[in-house]
Amino acid sequence: MTIDFFKGNKGKIFLPLVLLPVWFLLYHFLQPLTDWLVFSVFGMTKGQHLAEALWFFIFEFPKVMLLLTLIIFFIGIIRTYFTPERTRKALEGKKTFTGNVMAALLGIVTPFCSCSAIPLFLGFVEAGVPLGVTFSFLISSPMINEVAIILLYGMFGWKVVLIYIGTGLAIAILAGWIIGLLKLEHWVEDWVYKTKVGQNLMEEEKLNFSDRIKFGYEAVRDIVGKVWIYVALGIAVGAGAHGYVPQEFMAALMGKSAWYSVPLSVLIGIPLYSNAAGIVPIVAVLIEKGASLGTALAFMMAVIGLSLPEMVILRKVLKLPLIFTFIGIVGTGIMIVGFLFNWIF
Amino acid sequence: MEIKILGTGCANCKTLEKATINALAEMNIAADVEKVEDIQKIMSYGIMRTPGLVIDGKVVLSGRVPNSTELKEIIQKHQ
Repeated sequence: MTIDFFKGNKGKIFLPLVLLPVWFLLYHFLQPLTDWLVFSVFGMTKGQHLAEALWFFIFEFPKVMLLLTLIIFFIGIIRTYFTPERTRKALEGKKTFTGNVMAALLGIVTPFCSCSAIPLFLGFVEAGVPLGVTFSFLISSPMINEVAIILLYGMFGWKVVLIYIGTGLAIAILAGWIIGLLKLEHWVEDWVYKTKVGQNLMEEEKLNFSDRIKFGYEAVRDIVGKVWIYVALGIAVGAGAHGYVPQEFMAALMGKSAWYSVPLSVLIGIPLYSNAAGIVPIVAVLIEKGASLGTALAFMMAVIGLSLPEMVILRKVLKLPLIFTFIGIVGTGIMIVGFLFNWIF
Repeated sequence: MEIKILGTGCANCKTLEKATINALAEMNIAADVEKVEDIQKIMSYGIMRTPGLVIDGKVVLSGRVPNSTELKEIIQKHQ
């Protein structure tokens, strides 16, 4: 299918070239601008609770939104090269482990929403993708979230982003591999293997570069349009805590000395469901106020990687013991990550 | 013309159903529009992303909701 009517929109292709310098100027001068606004225009004094909270919000919110808009635009373009259909083809007949590694990596880049979890699961399993490999995909896809990556980069820098992606991948690969070894196919609902998946006769959409740019815009509209409110709320809570909560407030509860904080954070995080955009600013403040990196990271991964709504959807294709095995293995993986980073840092 | 919207009841599936009905009305096309929610029936079309749009038995779109201009184009093309 060619989408002819987009070809007239040449302006849409060149617009990014104009916007990019504006973006860099804004990003570069955001800090002096915030200083000027808070301390000169509002006439506040450094060190005041309200000034600190206001400064945090006025600086962090535009910063994160700038990063989100730019990076989601490029992710939207990159994702047009990956579809679940192509991913399935790549995974068909793959042996375990290699398959697990590939599935976890493809899980990061393949566009996928949890509402499509059932057709995707059936499509994978029917095509002969092993159960464990399918799980590696299902774990990495929500756990390694593009919005979380951008926010972590904005608030902590590259090091934490690499830790997050690396450990997320390790959990997805190993958990899927273990589920494969356990041979749990009998805990998949019986109707799954009886379902006949039809041949998809849809011709693959042929995209030219301007179509891909259009998908970049759509991704920005869809994702940024949906998450900005969570970003604003998360940073507002973060700003309040930044200004008013005393330093080291979380140290006793979520600090390194409290070993039990890791399993506790994971247990609390699993049923909780929050948008990644809302949880990262809160995690940032937890760390600022004395929570250790491992504990905070484990909490965040449990919240976005495992969620009650997703389990309810998966229950249609998986029997309860498999759901619990899945939660147990992934939850244990997240706890190990938490302990590991508390121990290293 | 026979149109089927494939979807298990997610938000995007409802959006696509509404958009299709609107597009048909604006184009003055008479068609049977049916929503297919049974997962086994959905899978018989081989799609891996919902919502799906089927025109006269052929999958023409899956995994996204197009804007109204594109949707009309698609309907036009498969009429």
